[in-house]
Amino acid sequence: MSRYNFAYLDEQTKRMIRRAVLKAVAVPGYQVPFGSREMPLSYGWGTGGVQVTASVIGPTDVLKVIDQGADDTTNAVSIRKFFERTTGVATTTRTEAATLIQTRHRIPETPLRVGQIVVFQVPIPEPLRWLEPREAETRKMHALEEYGVMYVRLYEDITRHGRVAQTYEYPVIVDGRYLMRPSPIPKFDNPKLDRSPALMLFGAGREKRIYAVPPWTSVKSLDFDDHPFEIEHWDRPCALCGATSVFLDELIVDDKGGRLFICSDTDFCSRRRAASDPIPGR
Amino acid sequence: MNATVDDRPLLSVRGLGKHYGGRMGCRDVGFDLWSGEVLGIVGESGSGKTTVLNCLSGRVAADAGQVGYTKADGSVVDMRRLDESARRRLLRTEWGVVHQHARDGLRMGVTAGANVGERLMALGARHYGRVRGRALDWLARVEIAESRIDDLPETFSGGMLQRLQIARNLVTEPRLVLMDEPTGGLDVSVQARLLDLLRGLVDDLGLSAVIVTHDLAVARLLANRLLVMRGGEVVESGLTDQVLDDPQHPYAQLLVSSVLQP
Repeated sequence: MSRYNFAYLDEQTKRMIRRAVLKAVAVPGYQVPFGSREMPLSYGWGTGGVQVTASVIGPTDVLKVIDQGADDTTNAVSIRKFFERTTGVATTTRTEAATLIQTRHRIPETPLRVGQIVVFQVPIPEPLRWLEPREAETRKMHALEEYGVMYVRLYEDITRHGRVAQTYEYPVIVDGRYLMRPSPIPKFDNPKLDRSPALMLFGAGREKRIYAVPPWTSVKSLDFDDHPFEIEHWDRPCALCGATSVFLDELIVDDKGGRLFICSDTDFCSRRRAASDPIPGR
Repeated sequence: MNATVDDRPLLSVRGLGKHYGGRMGCRDVGFDLWSGEVLGIVGESGSGKTTVLNCLSGRVAADAGQVGYTKADGSVVDMRRLDESARRRLLRTEWGVVHQHARDGLRMGVTAGANVGERLMALGARHYGRVRGRALDWLARVEIAESRIDDLPETFSGGMLQRLQIARNLVTEPRLVLMDEPTGGLDVSVQARLLDLLRGLVDDLGLSAVIVTHDLAVARLLANRLLVMRGGEVVESGLTDQVLDDPQHPYAQLLVSSVLQP
């Protein structure tokens, strides 16, 4: 602990990242470039999210880290340990007890509240990437609000599959202005971004971009009038806790094709099971 | 078409010039293009035809001159001084650009329908069924079978690609279309069909067009008036038949006499 500055990053770096965060909050959905640092974990493991967390975390924060909805997978455990060692802050798995939640791939099922900050690890921040390879051009398209090509992609999906087949990092318009790629969360979680009471921060370490959705900001998933946005549905409840209207993971349990569908949010699921009187599903 | 639009040229170009470093691309090019008129720019390779076209669309920034354009609402703008967002918007709405190589003007990774529908969606169309309906309509107008709407352009022949590119541009019913060698690289029978189609579309829609070509036969078929360019300058201009049948400038005479007669 004594060998590192609080939260690992030096104070100058934190100030630089906080300035980027402030700008990102001021211009919702806009990707702010920042001087991303080398972190003691490899790109793709959450370097962007870790830097944002390190810059906003304080000694009184309570940290929760999830990976694919789970508190106990390698990435979540490693990042939680990292901040335990470098900050000494309290950690938790309970969504409502956390003030700061770093996440990869999910927004918790338990509703967020005012004062919470959610930090997303973002692999590719640019929603127009794969449609327009030139970075200078994508920036111009954002500046001029030229988002027609994104609809070309939705058109293609409907043409080929009869519906929009994009199931994660489903593109959204933030505050009626900027097109944003909401990290790789399932589209199931998109409605949770809309007018959320919590502050959402997105950090992309390799691509060196930070963007944000401030509390109570409108976040609209792109769609066509005759093909409205829809979230995933499952025809069965969670096999462990019986919750409905939650995001379920498919688990293969034997070699005979046996499978289970269980909550992807482990905290939500285990506490429902622990409670003798299960809290109602959302 | 109201009177205020008719009594001004659609496009009024004066003193257009472009240097690529020390080399001259074009110099002091000027012409008026009236509504419903097709202007051909002919000349040999390297004579500055494409530079002029690119300067008009703003793809290449000209060094000198004015490009006055009368918008649909009757106001006149100088394309060179227009800010980029307004210029790009005009290019998507009132202008169309048909590239020599269809692959430059198309999205090769998405279906024909999406290619045609892109400009509609960029302008705010948010109804899948209607976008598709318009795309089907336009594919029919450029003589591409409806059954090909969900095929990738990769699977199209050269002539079909060029027609698809034309449909993609015309779907928003632009007032002015810039075409760079629209028949380049196509064999003669395909060229003939494409020319037929273009002539029909220009007549039906009352399009104005600037067509760059090195092929005098194409110019004779499509253009009302011609500019003959050489070494970056306009050496002769006039009505198409006048320029082709009675060329005055020595270079224009050379150009006309160089055409092989089958």
